[in-house]
Amino acid sequence: MYHDQKTGETAAAGAGVAARAVKLEVKDVHKRFGEHEVLKGISLTAHAGDVISIIGSSGSGKSTFLRCINLLERPHEGSVALAGEPLELIRKPDGMLGAKSEKHLQRMRARLAMVFQHFNLWAHMTVLQNIIEVPVHVLGVPRDEAVARARRYLEKVGLSGVEDKYPAHMSGGQQQRVAIARALAVEPEVMLFDEPTSALDPELVGEVLRVMRALAEEGRTMVVVTHEMAFAREVGNHVMFLHQGRVEEEGDPHQVLVNPQSERLQQFLSRTR
Amino acid sequence: MLDFAVVLEPDNLKLYGEGLLTTIKLLVIALACGLAASVPLAVLRVSNSKLASLPVWGFTYVIRGTPMLLQLYLIYYGLSQFEAVRESAAWSLLSDAWFCAMLSLAINTCAYTTEMLAGALRATSHGEIEAARSMGMSRFTLYRRVLLPSALRRSLPAYSNEVVMMLHATSLASTVTLLDITGAADRLYSTYYMPFEPFIAAALFYLALTWLIVRLFRRFERRYLAYLAPRTH
Repeated sequence: MYHDQKTGETAAAGAGVAARAVKLEVKDVHKRFGEHEVLKGISLTAHAGDVISIIGSSGSGKSTFLRCINLLERPHEGSVALAGEPLELIRKPDGMLGAKSEKHLQRMRARLAMVFQHFNLWAHMTVLQNIIEVPVHVLGVPRDEAVARARRYLEKVGLSGVEDKYPAHMSGGQQQRVAIARALAVEPEVMLFDEPTSALDPELVGEVLRVMRALAEEGRTMVVVTHEMAFAREVGNHVMFLHQGRVEEEGDPHQVLVNPQSERLQQFLSRTR
Repeated sequence: MLDFAVVLEPDNLKLYGEGLLTTIKLLVIALACGLAASVPLAVLRVSNSKLASLPVWGFTYVIRGTPMLLQLYLIYYGLSQFEAVRESAAWSLLSDAWFCAMLSLAINTCAYTTEMLAGALRATSHGEIEAARSMGMSRFTLYRRVLLPSALRRSLPAYSNEVVMMLHATSLASTVTLLDITGAADRLYSTYYMPFEPFIAAALFYLALTWLIVRLFRRFERRYLAYLAPRTH
């Protein structure tokens, strides 16, 4: 079907994956901004179908960690592997790690898709153009197939009939759903969400969360940095609580969020409730 | 009283017609060359590498910092002083007034357009760039598909201004013997010793051209900047 315009390896890795195969493995990520160490060794393993929520107060390093996974932020230490395929990293002159091969990094990034807090849709493109852009111009999917794919995903996020609108002419909730459709259109193996509802008006949060819940229910592998405790508890199957660059507590959300062990998580939860 | 009978004589109208053609030809070719060169230069101008951006900065600084008339004189009168230039293959072009005028106009508009585009490139939302990178776009695709199309569109209003300024700058071509609109008016002035009517007629031609340019750009803007228009529903 649609699984593989990208690369031969993707097809190989994607085929016959057992239900709980490891999709994403991130190990021991360290990151400093100047002298300030924001990530002090964080690891994450996502199996197929996992929905991992990363929570923590601002400054805990949760967004930075997510951005290190696709190297939007270059870590000082750590490793990333996608479906068993490691991203080869080398140390750059500035002391941070970078991709050994830019081409390889680009291929890996296309297999991960990111949804941003501020949507980051391309303003000069219509909704449809936004969604088919990467499939057509990066992955080499034929245009009509990309358009069919775009319509299918727009329907999935509940936005049929807006193909020719420009992002600026839509509400924040609609824009974020278009951004999710754009991410889906690359048929990613793992989806990364960076506080997808934090920039939305409260009454628009629900429509985005509903879409994300539907994605989780169809078995997509998702890593979600969020402030939505209800989402973490009800949709996620694993939660990580970050505090000052470390994983303070993690595990099954029903245990971790309902019965937090660490004092910091108890404080955090009492503040967000 | 003003008397336009002289201007309206068939021979003299023909002179204006020729001038109009020269002006339009100069303008269109200079703009095309200048714009084509300014796109890669703007990309270099916003590069993080000083080696790439400094020479472009120097070029735009010098060109924008000196009068175009002076540049035209340097190219047309100045270059011919050098034996090497006169003996080079480029001499057939550089001895031609039309080519020298076109060249200095092109260099001029190139410098201004480069800075305009560089500014628009720099103003691109960082989030849009990150979205492109996060989905595996190469640098080249990022420029070709996101940065340049977006920056070119956002430059349209400023560029329409640039085109009008260039139209007016073409009148400098008459100083190096070219018969453009101003050149035609100048010829009538010296033939009939009438200063007013010929130059007013020339001014009307420039006004009409300006009006056309503005109209044209308004259409472009409606089409290419639709995404910035206020919501209509």
